[in-house]
Amino acid sequence: MIGVGRAKHNLNVVDSPLGKGKSEVSLSAFAFLFSELVQYNQGKVENIAELEEAGFGVGIQILELLCHREKANRRETRVLGILSFVHSTVADSLEKGTEHEDEYMISEKELLVNKFVSVPASMGGFNCGTFVAGIVKGVLDGAGFPASVTAHFVAVEGQTRSRTTILVKFAEEVVQRDAPLA
Amino acid sequence: MAAIIFNLFVINKSGGLIFYKDYGTQGRLDTNDSLRLASLWHSMHAISKELSPVNGCNGIEVLEADTFDLHCFQALTGTKIFVATEPGTPGIDSLLKTIYEIYTDYVLKNPFYEVEMPIRCELWDLNLALAVRKDGKAGLVGR
Repeated sequence: MIGVGRAKHNLNVVDSPLGKGKSEVSLSAFAFLFSELVQYNQGKVENIAELEEAGFGVGIQILELLCHREKANRRETRVLGILSFVHSTVADSLEKGTEHEDEYMISEKELLVNKFVSVPASMGGFNCGTFVAGIVKGVLDGAGFPASVTAHFVAVEGQTRSRTTILVKFAEEVVQRDAPLA
Repeated sequence: MAAIIFNLFVINKSGGLIFYKDYGTQGRLDTNDSLRLASLWHSMHAISKELSPVNGCNGIEVLEADTFDLHCFQALTGTKIFVATEPGTPGIDSLLKTIYEIYTDYVLKNPFYEVEMPIRCELWDLNLALAVRKDGKAGLVGR
């Protein structure tokens, strides 16, 4: 009887245990996968938007996974709280924007996804960091802080490669909700 | 240990030149000349495989002449990287392997690079310059 032996295995993928995750993953494998993702998106007209959306999907799910793994007991409700959470996983520095109240910047010297990427001059300011911006957007959105997130190159003197900055602009409702709590 | 390189060629599996850099004092070769030399070498390399009296030959690896040595590295994919160096220069094999590593990292992992096309990647130029300085002396051998 075919069904009998199957009882021991998990029939649904949702029944399998989450697992601790591998501590080391091949950088080359990831780099090739990311390269293919960018090339796939290049075929479409709005290539920047698609890359960000791909990151968005990742961000929403990774928020759940990270919260589960960190066993954090409290959900983040403050803007600064969620930003520190994002910053600790992504980048070098976190700054508050000077021009507008609702803007924050996370910047990193060399984003992992951009490590092997050289953008040709014909593509202008296109930054594959848009994928990472999408992930950040997904995390923020999933945590209840809708925001518009973009990635930019910022030229730094004395270095040949520019720094990548991820600009986070929170929605009106978030700013208003957070202001009285400060 | 200073390895003196005169020039560096990278050719794709069909023999087309995808990268050429000149380090010597002779000045840069004309584009057509460099293309011609590349396909010449590609053909010679292929013919040498047939001519070899020994079984299991993969083509010319070193060519020693009076005024220069030519070292060629062929990857499993058929991409060849070859350099002309000063006679008797040691350590070129590992230099070629380092250059191949830089190629796989900064050219092949670049989403904007079309395979088998001429290489126009900023990071490739940067890292190649670290490995082989402007005067043709090999700097960082073995990463």
